[in-house]
Amino acid sequence: MIHLNKTTLLLCSFMLIIPATAALAAEAKSGYEYIKPATRATQDDDFANPGLLSVIQGQRLFNNKQDGASKACAECHNEDGEKLNAKNIARYPVYSENNAEIVTLQKKISRCRNDNTSNKALPTDHPDLVALEAFIRNLAIGEAVNVQTDGPVTKLLKQGETLYRTRYGLIDMACYHCHEVYPGQMIRGQKISQGQGNGFPAYRLGTGEITSLHQRIQQCLITMRAEPFEADSDEIKLMGLYIMSRSNGLSIETPAVRY
Amino acid sequence: MKILYPIIITLLSFSIAHASGAEQVADKKDGQPDDYCPWEMADYAIAEPLCGLVGESQRGSEIVSDSGRGNCLACHQLPIPGIEAYGTIGPPLMGIASRLSTAMIRLRVVDTRNINPMSIMPGFYRNPSLINRPGKAYLGRTFLTAQQVEDVIAYLATLK
Ligand code: HEC
Ligand code: HEC
Repeated sequence: MIHLNKTTLLLCSFMLIIPATAALAAEAKSGYEYIKPATRATQDDDFANPGLLSVIQGQRLFNNKQDGASKACAECHNEDGEKLNAKNIARYPVYSENNAEIVTLQKKISRCRNDNTSNKALPTDHPDLVALEAFIRNLAIGEAVNVQTDGPVTKLLKQGETLYRTRYGLIDMACYHCHEVYPGQMIRGQKISQGQGNGFPAYRLGTGEITSLHQRIQQCLITMRAEPFEADSDEIKLMGLYIMSRSNGLSIETPAVRY
Repeated sequence: MKILYPIIITLLSFSIAHASGAEQVADKKDGQPDDYCPWEMADYAIAEPLCGLVGESQRGSEIVSDSGRGNCLACHQLPIPGIEAYGTIGPPLMGIASRLSTAMIRLRVVDTRNINPMSIMPGFYRNPSLINRPGKAYLGRTFLTAQQVEDVIAYLATLK
């Protein structure tokens, strides 16, 4: 018979979160460095990379006026987004001090469309929005991820890190375990990477679908037999921001090809 | 334990409902969590089989390699013919029964965090009330059933 008293319960809840150790963070490496050579070749080949279909779909949505809309995105940002700045794209997600809110690239796109083209706002991770995000991030391919880490964002990143170090689900592991302690190890034939965000939206061979970073976070939680964070929840935004800050300096690869 | 259990479950489902904004009720139709058999740890081992069940090694060898059940191969290497894709996160389990007694193996499969609180190995019969944010379908459940755990132990006991 196990006896659970208040002290053990308290202890357990502490142990749920892995304390930040003094261990220095390993140098950031893209998921590209962990995938099989054949997968790399698929990503690098513009004819073979299935993620480019989403980029092309996004390009169409961007250049052409949608039914019921007053304008196309291209009317302000030029054909194929020529006026968009790759350095700005590489900063997402950004923190808006005015609204005290983390703004993902998807949110920015959806709002810009809604405000300026009277297109209906798209819910987070709607296939059209993921395609638009893939198209726009692809414009910044090769640019280094450059998420803000100072000022008011410092506190948010701490919160994101705490979420990253918390155990979830029946698998009862934290993101930190797989993606910081065990990168390079195999988990049933699959090599674990640092779980970086620089390739998203990415095409997943495992699901055959283009996948946003938030969707990938949800998929790892489901694998852990945990209840995934809901779209637009504070948790998923904090986690997404934290992951992109870990990816600072890595080249944007959208659309990456991953398992 | 008997008294604390419903309280913990209530607290747990409350905090989940709070976090996800959805109403959650512990699903009891499969007999859990009421059927969770308490176990006793002594000398870092569990001497008594869970719920007094008897394991069968043949079934156990299927459970350890089934990715939908034990999935031990996700992290460990095991002497199962024809399996190439295994994990390297945990130690290989060849010869485990020469290193550990059955009672010691039982605690490691049930909930090894009683030995090493920082372990990443899932507790396959961990008290469900200690699980943070279980998926809706898994609320109040253990990873494996008591019978499955005993089957796995019976299999591991053959690895001399
Ligand atoms: C049990 C191991 C495990 C845990 C725990 C885990 N992951 Fe993963 N994760 C994987 C594997 C395996 C992959 C696929 C291979 C890879 O890219 O690392 C992956 C991939 C990813 C990727 C894609 C990386 C890329 O380059 O495409 C992200 C992002 C990610 N995980 C985030 C998370 C987050 C956030 C959590 C916690 C909520 C988490 N993971 C928990 C095993 C895990
Ligand atoms: C997510 C990874 C993971 C999974 C899945 C996993 N284990 Fe483990 N296991 C470990 C690690 C890591 C250790 C090393 C000890 C520790 O960390 O506590 C371990 C240790 C053990 C030990 C003790 C080994 C020794 O030499 O002392 C046994 C026995 C064991 N595991 C059995 C199992 C069985 C049976 C299953 C499936 C039903 C399983 N494990 C699933 C990661 C895992």
